[in-house]
This record gives sequence, structure tokens and C-alpha cells, in this order.
Amino acid sequence: MNLPMLWIIPALPLAAVALNMLFGDRLGKKGTAFLACGAVGLAFAFAVRAVLTLAGRSEEERQIVETAWTWFRVGDFSVDVSFLLDPLSAIMVLVVTGVGFLIHVYSTGYMAEDPSFRRFFLYLNLFMFAMLTLVLADNYLLMFVGWEGVGLCSYLLIGFWYEKQSATDAGKKAFIVNRIGDFGFLLGVMFLIAWTGSVNFERVFASAPHLFTAGGSIITIATLLMFLGATGKSAQIPLYVWLPDAMEGPTPVSALIHAATMVTAGVYMVVRSHVLFEMAPVTLEVIAIVGAATALMAATIGLVQNDIKRVLAYSTVSQLGYMFFACGVGAFGAGIFHVMTHAFFKALLFLGAGSVIYGMHHEQDMRKMGGLATKMPVTHATMLIATIAIAGIPPFAGFWSKDEILAKAFATGHYGIFAAGLLGAVMTAFYMFRLYVLTFQGKARFDESGGHAHAHAHAADAHGAHAHDAHGHAAAHDDHGHDHGHGGPVKESPWNMTVPLSVLAVLSVIGGWVGIGKPFIEGESWMGRWLEPVLGSGPHVHHLAVSTEFGLMGLSVAIAAFGIFMAFRAYLQQPSIATAMHERFGGVHRALYNKYWVDEFYDAIAVNPIYQASMRLWRFWDEKVVDGTVNGVGYFLEGVSALLRLFQTGYVGTYALFIALGVLALFLHFLRS
Amino acid sequence: MIPTEWVLALSAVLFTIGVVGVLVRRNALVIFMSIELMLNAANLAFVAFARQQQSLDGQIFVFFVMTVAAAEVAVGLAIIVNLFRLRETVFVDEINLLKG
Amino acid sequence: MAQLPWLSLLVFFPLAAAILVAIMPANAHKPIRWWATIAALAEFVFSLPLWWRVIPGQAGFQFEEKLDWIPVLGAQYHLGVDGVSGLLALLTTFTTLIAIIGAWTSVEKRSREFFALVLALEAGMLGTFFCLDLLLFYVFWEAMLIPMYLLIGVWGGQRRVYAAVKFFLYTMAGSVLMLVAILSLWFLQKQYSGIPTFDLQAFYQLPLAPSRQLWMFLAFAFAFAIKVPMFPLHTWLPDAHVEAPTAGSVILAAVLLKMGTYGFLRFAMPLFPNALEVCAPYIAWLAIIGIVYGALVAMVQPDMKKLVAYSSVSHMGFVVLGLMAMNSQGFAGSMMTMLNHGVSTGALFLLVGVIYERRHTRKIADFGGLWTVIPVYSVIFLVVMLSSVGLPGTNGFIGEFLVLLGAFKHSVWWAVVAATGVILSACYMLWMFQRVVFGPVTHEENRKLTDLSFRERLVFAPLLVLIFWMGVAPQPFLDRMQPALDRVLQMTNDRAQMMAQADATATAPLASRLPAAPAAVSVPAEQGGAR
Repeated sequence: MNLPMLWIIPALPLAAVALNMLFGDRLGKKGTAFLACGAVGLAFAFAVRAVLTLAGRSEEERQIVETAWTWFRVGDFSVDVSFLLDPLSAIMVLVVTGVGFLIHVYSTGYMAEDPSFRRFFLYLNLFMFAMLTLVLADNYLLMFVGWEGVGLCSYLLIGFWYEKQSATDAGKKAFIVNRIGDFGFLLGVMFLIAWTGSVNFERVFASAPHLFTAGGSIITIATLLMFLGATGKSAQIPLYVWLPDAMEGPTPVSALIHAATMVTAGVYMVVRSHVLFEMAPVTLEVIAIVGAATALMAATIGLVQNDIKRVLAYSTVSQLGYMFFACGVGAFGAGIFHVMTHAFFKALLFLGAGSVIYGMHHEQDMRKMGGLATKMPVTHATMLIATIAIAGIPPFAGFWSKDEILAKAFATGHYGIFAAGLLGAVMTAFYMFRLYVLTFQGKARFDESGGHAHAHAHAADAHGAHAHDAHGHAAAHDDHGHDHGHGGPVKESPWNMTVPLSVLAVLSVIGGWVGIGKPFIEGESWMGRWLEPVLGSGPHVHHLAVSTEFGLMGLSVAIAAFGIFMAFRAYLQQPSIATAMHERFGGVHRALYNKYWVDEFYDAIAVNPIYQASMRLWRFWDEKVVDGTVNGVGYFLEGVSALLRLFQTGYVGTYALFIALGVLALFLHFLRS
Repeated sequence: MIPTEWVLALSAVLFTIGVVGVLVRRNALVIFMSIELMLNAANLAFVAFARQQQSLDGQIFVFFVMTVAAAEVAVGLAIIVNLFRLRETVFVDEINLLKG
Repeated sequence: MAQLPWLSLLVFFPLAAAILVAIMPANAHKPIRWWATIAALAEFVFSLPLWWRVIPGQAGFQFEEKLDWIPVLGAQYHLGVDGVSGLLALLTTFTTLIAIIGAWTSVEKRSREFFALVLALEAGMLGTFFCLDLLLFYVFWEAMLIPMYLLIGVWGGQRRVYAAVKFFLYTMAGSVLMLVAILSLWFLQKQYSGIPTFDLQAFYQLPLAPSRQLWMFLAFAFAFAIKVPMFPLHTWLPDAHVEAPTAGSVILAAVLLKMGTYGFLRFAMPLFPNALEVCAPYIAWLAIIGIVYGALVAMVQPDMKKLVAYSSVSHMGFVVLGLMAMNSQGFAGSMMTMLNHGVSTGALFLLVGVIYERRHTRKIADFGGLWTVIPVYSVIFLVVMLSSVGLPGTNGFIGEFLVLLGAFKHSVWWAVVAATGVILSACYMLWMFQRVVFGPVTHEENRKLTDLSFRERLVFAPLLVLIFWMGVAPQPFLDRMQPALDRVLQMTNDRAQMMAQADATATAPLASRLPAAPAAVSVPAEQGGAR
């Protein structure tokens, strides 16, 4: 049989988890690494094979469904464990296994000296299993298995260095915030079940148009709930708060989970359910606004962060915002396109940052870096490519996808959102090149002979003055107590880290070319045609004039170039500009640096009140009122019996008297009647 | 022949004496004797009725009562003797072990 | 095979074993626990055929046994099993075995009496699940209390007497009311059919006027709600759990609490369906309050056992909510949650017991950084915690999801409010886990903790297997319970309809026979006009 064997793709990493668990202690580090990478590599190979099979079919037949077993069946409702490969999941599965494999390889270098090496790969493989289940699932419930599974792995990996309070706090926060989203997702799915009787994608989408009135309240509520799930997973307002904290995890984890794969699950889910979302214009409007707002807000925060990973984290939140507003304006294909290119360059950025952190012996503060270009040539080159890609300079990958999103927003008449997107783009270019300049250019702001960097880079560090932050950097570091060679000179990372960097760099350049469409070629882009069986040609084909298209492109390039220019100017050539800006806008800066105090706000309005209320519920209501009532009944009976026992004198005479009185009473009673 | 009423009246008087004895006396032995008095008052009534009814049933009951009374005396005296050994007293108002 | 009284053997074998254990020499600790384990194992093996010999599709009860018990009253010794009680009985024998092995080293004083009581308790529980005669049910229901009372009262913690008495009296208060209701059912049955009987299946045929059902339903529901326990009748549970020895907690959580929901399913709901219709919304909201309330209060507990106890309140709220949804998803979810809760919460109590045995404290603050010291324990703890949180792929999810789905179909708001329990359960469990297992080792005493022994791993292995089995492939379980559940559902609905109609037809002529009062009020004008 020439079956594509979809189930084997998630099964491989799971098998690796099982083997690692059972025999990991006998395998040693090399064996563990080989097992973990091998499983994911093999999964990638199978994925490629399956996708090739898919591509070999005619457009109408591009859908492979494999049912493994019936998960559960209750009454008229049943759920299968079944997998679906169509052009949409094909892109996701290739990205997940491909980028995942590279990150696995990279991790063998990055984590080489960690004593919990084996546990790390165990979690990482488990994550691959969950993520692949998520993208390959054929129904919402199986997708939910992956959905929660990646949340779990995220929890475990963020808290990987479990002895660190901040890390476990961050992990817990990620899981709980995600759960709030999952609450929405689950309820949304229940709406679907209640109306369509199924969770199977095909059946839900086929019957939805007949069962829901387009624009009606039911479908709007259902999709909004599902979008709540997406905001949790994909770190959008209001549930984005966990992602920046998630940087507590090892850097490869940030690259894999919190940049390339898991956080895009929300986008994937929305695109997957585009049939439903298209029926709910209100929801789409909400998505567009939330996406644009998130993109802008995260970008502003990213402008002033000093921790290299935090900048990237906010950048990720911002880019995810782009993907969502793409979906919101109906450009689902563009959203997925950006998911893909973003996976390449953001994974690369994180891995590059990891390489820098590794080279700097676990220093994450950009103010203590600088001038690394010559010391880490490969890291520098690849990071530069990724930075250009995210800034949106053609022909790098990020340009094509971001431009398509902006063009679609413009074409559908969402001018406000388009403007927000442009504003976000200029900030993206600025903060990314700020990161680049602070890290790689200028003079080294650390002790070159080795040892820890000393912290006084006055020039670049205009913002450092405000180190009054509660979230001190010391806590944010990747340090795990058993640093390798604390004090060696800064040098390039080993091959198993640089090779994945290089591969991703190539992808960051060429990865966007599949999406080149008008005005460069006739008709739809290759990407658009590939996704057509899933997304349809869409009702949103707005034809912009060629001149407009070129105009928009020119505008976004110009804007990106402006951002880059400003970054170089403010952080390399004339550091005084940054200082001056900061002094001029001290209040704004403080707001940005403290991330608009959103965490504090949530603590004040939700976390603390709930805690206090629970405490009171327990101490007062449960112990005093409810249990008090129970014990009160007891005390009452005790009181009554205390009265009654007064009659029990213990003297025989008293008892005899009572008996006599009783006899007398009976006697009188009978006499009377 | 003595009318049954007279016998019953005697029985009632005896019984009342017994009741009052139980209620007012403090000495356990005297209370005990009062109880015996009550029992025998009942016996007297039984016998009186048996004669009136010309039936042996009442007399049979008297035997039962006497047997029970004998058993009761045995047990009761044993208790009192033990009580005296423990407490050095047979006055019931000095003993209230069952006080609630 | 010719009618081996299998169910009776299942019920009385543990009792016989308990008596045998009880007459062994008091200080022969080793032989005592060996024999107790062997007895529990034999019982478990003996009960395994419940898995395949109870035919799911077959209507009604199977392996029925009927003997006259008190002929004058029509009370019978009547046992039978169906999918629901079969699974719960399996859970019982399994949990008892696990609890006995888990208690091997933790019980030092009076181990003979301890194991004998656990075995006797098993007999009581099995009897309660199997019996089909209400008087017999009452007897087993009460008989179950005694061993548990002693287990808490003798082998418990510091406030054990208080907890044991509270447990006993609280449960008793409910069941006395139930007894009154049972008796009144008996009188009604005698009036209706002329035959005095306590037979459940006869009661299933007994029509009851809806107006009459209410207080009988409430009496039953009160007894069961205490046992579940439902908010606000739950306060005996934290006390009992905290004070009970580990084995007692495990059995209490895994099986005894299920008696309440089983009672709803088997007795209160099908017998009094019209009253149920009236009360269901209130009970459901109490269940929902219980879900949220239990979770919130669990969050702030400083004591691990108390935390798990309050989480039980929350989980059992799901069970009741599923029942009140009155549809097949809700029922199946409820039943799954019963089994899940037995497995997961049982495992949680065992886990707390493991470190309690080593450190003699259950305060969360006394731990921290256990992962470094006892990794195997921590991993198992992680899995069990995730199952309790209801992570898809573990057993917890299936039950919770089905309950929520059933509730959703009944009322969207039920599901919306109940689903917040899903968030809150993550909050309290993860927080507790973080404080106990993660972080640096904060107390020097904890550095010397030893990881799970072989015996303890043996205890947890089957629990983990069940957690994943029931999460990944729950269909075998669902297949077994569903026909029985559907039957209950069907019967409840049919009876509700029948009796509502009967009531309508019964009251209609009654109304027409009594024209005087209403007619005089409502139609005088017309009459006047006619004249």
C-alpha cells in the first residue's frame, strides 16, 4: 500500500519520548540527542513524502484523511482520532517538522552542558508530538488535544529550570492564561457541536452555511469564543501577557514554541475555520482590530526593552498581530503566508540570539554586548539576514508576506488598520535594527578577555538609567547555576548551532518567494494557488491597480528603510539622540519600559481579588458560615441535652418520684375517660 | 366471707405504703423492703381476685411474682452489699453515679 | 455454568477475609498484610470478569440473585449488576487493592484491625452497588459507614474523633430521611399493588403522583447530596479527608463519594422523575456553585490533603451537573468523571500519603524542590495532576468535556459557568505543584527523602496506565456504561411522562367532580344569565 501514513508523523516524536523515558539513562547524551533529532528528522521526511503525494494529486483531490480509531462515541456524538492533510496543514506540518528539526539539532549544541539534557529533549519531542497532532487533526477536539498538549509542553519547557522561581512562575502563568483561552475555545466548539452535531472539520464547514445565519448572533458568539482561544495561544490582547515572560525558558524553546510553531496555532485555527469566521463579519472586525492593536502595542513596548529575548518576544507578539489582522480583513492566505515566513526568520532570530547568549556566557542584556560582528561571524551574518527579513526589505521573506497583508488591508478598505500596520512596520524596522546595532555593531561593552560583561555602556544605554524595574534582569537570565566556562573569551558557537542558523538564513531569504504574486507574475501567487482548495478563491479578490500595488510596496520599503536609518543613527552614529529622546519623553518611556503596567493591572483587577475572595470564601464563608451551621446544629443539640440532663440527677429517689408521678398521671387519665 | 373490696383496699393501702416508702426513705435496704411490700400488695390483689373469680390463674401469677421477687432480692442484695463495700454507705442520696 | 452465586461471593468474600484477618495474631504484621493483600488481589481478580461477562447491550440487570430475606415485609436479598454498577464495582475492588498495598508500611498500630476493616468496607461497598432491594440497600449503605468511621476515628490524625463523628452523624442524618422515604415507598407500593415489597424493579413500575414525589425525592436527594458531597453539604469532607489515614482517604474519595451520585442515578432520578424535573435546575446550580466554589477554596489551602479534598468537591460537582443535564452526553460524562475522579483523586491522595509517611507533614509550605530529590515521584505527581486538571489525552478530559457538552445542550449558561472550573482547576493544581515540586529545596529535611520504593511504584503503575487508557481510548468504558445509562434516561423520561399524564387524567375528573367550589366562583354570571 502506498498510504501516506499521516499518523506516523506525530507518532515518531511520541515514540522517541517513550524510548527516551525508558532507556534514556542508558543512551547517554549522544544517544538521546540522536534519538530525539532522528525522530523529528524522520517525521520531517515522512511529512515531505506525504506532502509530495498530496501535491501529486489534482486540485480537487488534495485532501488525505486517515482515521486511526474512534476516540469516543456517546449517543449521536462521536469523535475520531483522525488526521487530515490538505494544502493548509501541509504548509504547517512542513514548517513544524522542518523548523523543529533544525531547532532540535541546534539544541544539541545549546543544551550540551545542561545536566537535564535528556529531560529537555523529552519535553521537546513531546511538544513536537502535540504540535503535529494540532496541525494534522481532522476535527476540533483532536486539535484541542494538541492545543492543550502544546500548552503543557510550553509550561514544562518555560519552567525547565525549575529551581528558579521566576521560571516556574512564568510557566504557570503561560498555562493558566492559555487555559483562559482554552475555555473560550472549548465553549466555541460546543456551540458548533450543539448546532452541527459534529466536530469534524469537513462536516462542520459543510453544514455551517445551512445551520447558521450569516452574521447571526450564534455564529458570532461561537467564533468570538474561538477567537478568545486563539488570543490565548497566539498571545494577542488581552491574553498576550504570558509570552514575554515565557522567555524564561531555554532559548531554543523560545525559538520553537514561542516564535515558530505553537504561537501560530491560533492563526492556524482561525484560518482553518475561515468558513465560520467569514460568516461572522463582526468577529472578523474584532479580529482585525485586536490584531492591529496588538501589533502596534507590542511594537511600542519592543522599542525600549533591553533584554535581547524580550525584544524578540514583543516582536513576536507584534508579528502575530499582523497575522491576525490579515485574517480579520479576510486575507487568510496572507496570514498563513506570514506564519510561514515568520517561522523562518523569527526562529532564526531567536536561535541567533541564543547563539549570542551562549557566546556571551548567558548574558542577555544588550547593553552589555556590542561589536560581536567580528567575533561571531556566522551568527552575525545570519542574524543580519533575519533582521532585514523582519524589517521588510525585498527580496527577503518578510517583505513579501508583510506587504501582502498590508496590501490586502488596503484593498479591502481597512485604511485605519492599514495605517496601523505601516506604523508597526516602521517600529519593527527600528527596534530590530536597534537590537542588531546594540548587539553586533559599535564597541564591545564587555570585558573582552572573558568574564562577565560589566555594565556601564553609557551611550547605548540611555534606558538603563531606569533600572528601577521590578523585573530585574538578573532574574531574566538564562543562567542555570552550572555555567560552562564562565569566563572564556567570546567566540563563535559550534557547528551544530551554526548549521541550523545558516539553513534558516537561506530560508529567510528565499522562503517568501513562493508568495510572489501580482504585480510581478500573472494571476495568483504559487502560495495562493496552493491554498486555493482550502481557502477557495475567496470573495475578497480585490483587484488593485498595478500602479497602486507598486506604490504600496514602495511605501512599505521606504518606511522600513526609514526605521532602519533611524536605528543606525540613534544607536550607532549619534547615541545622544536616543538619550535626548528618552529624556524628552520620560513618561512615555516609563510606560513602555514597564509594558503599560498591564501585568500589574491584571494582578490588581483579577489575580489578587480572586485570591483574596477565595481566602475569605474559605476562612469566613466555608469555615464560619457553612461549617458553622453544621457545627451549630451540633451545639444546639448539645444545648438542648444540657437542659434535659438536669432531670437526670442520678438519685434513685428522683427517678422513683418520676415513675410515681407517671403512674399517677396515667391513673388520672384513665379515670377521666 | 370477707368481701373482695376490703381485701383490695388493704392491698391498695399496702401498695401506697410501699410507694411512699420508696419515695421518702434514704436507706437502700428500707427501699428494698418497700418494694417487697408493693409486690406483696399486688400478690394480695391477685389472690383476692382469684378467689372471687373461682379461678387458679391469679394464684399461679402469685407464684411467678414470688419467684421474681426472690430473684430480685438476691440480685438487689448483692448490689447493695457491693455498694456498701465500695462506698461505705447505703443511703441513696449519697450515690448519683448516673447523673447526666 | 450453573448459577454460581457470583455476586454474593464477590460481596461476602472480602467479609470472610476480613474475619480471617481479624482472628490472626495481633502482632504478626507481615503475615497480616500479606494475607490482606492476597485477599484483595483475589477479590480483584475474581471481579475482573465484570469487565467482559457483563454484556453491555443486554437490557436490565444481569447475574441476578434473589432470596427471601424478611418475607413478611417483602424484603429480599436481591443482587444484580449492570454496566454502571459493574464498572463501579471494578473501581471498588481495584481501589481497595491499591489502597491496601499503599498502606503496607504506613499502618503500624493495630494493623490487623486496620486491614480487616478495609476488607469489610469493601464488602459493604460492593453490596451497595449490587443490591436491587431498597431495604438491603439501606442496610449496606449504613453498614459501610461503620468501618469507615473506625478507620478515621482510630487511625486518623489529630482531630480524628471530631472528623469521624462528623462524618458519621452527617451521613446518618441524610440516610435516616432516606429510610423514611423508602418506608413510604413501601406503603405506597402495598397500596398500589397489594404486595409488600422493597424490590427496586417493582418500584420502577410504581406510579407516583408528581405532587407526592417531591418530598420523597428531596429525602433521597438529601442523603445522596451529603454523600457526594454537594455544596453546601460538603464540610464533612475536608475534615474526614484530612484526618483519615491514606488508605481511608483513597477509598473515601474513590468509591464512597460515588455512592451519592450512583444513588441519584439508580434511585432518586428514575423513581421520582417529575420531582426531578422541578428540582434539577436548583441541583444543577448547586453543582455549578460547587465546581467553582470548591476550586476557589482549594486554591488557598495550605494543606495538600485539604486542597485535594476541596478539589473533590469541585469534581463531584461535574458529576452531578452531568446527571442533571439529562442527556446521554451528560450521563456518560458524569459516569466517566466518577471513574476518573476515582483514579486521579485516589492517586493524588496516595501521592500525598507517600510524602506524609516520610515527612509527617502535609503542609505545602514544608515542601519545595522535590523534583531534585525524588524525580520519579515528581513525574508521577505531574501526570496525576494533569489528569486531575483534565488535560486532553488523560482521563480527566473525557469526563469533563462530556459533562460540559451535556450541560451545554441543556443550558448554555450552565456550561459557561461550569467551564470556568477548568481554568480554576489549573490554577490551584499548578500552584500547588509549583510550590511542592519546583523551586530549590527549602527544607533540609527534604533532602533526605527517598524516592518511591518498588512497592509504591507497583501501586502507581496501574493508575498511570488507567489515566492514559481512559484518556486515549475510553470507548471500551463508554460501551459498557452506555446501554445502562440510556436505560436510566429512557426510564426516567418515560416515567415522567406517564405520571404527568396520569396526574392530569386523575386530577381532571377530580376537578369535574368538584364543581361546587370553582364553579361557584367562576361562572355565576353565566348561570345567572341562563336563569
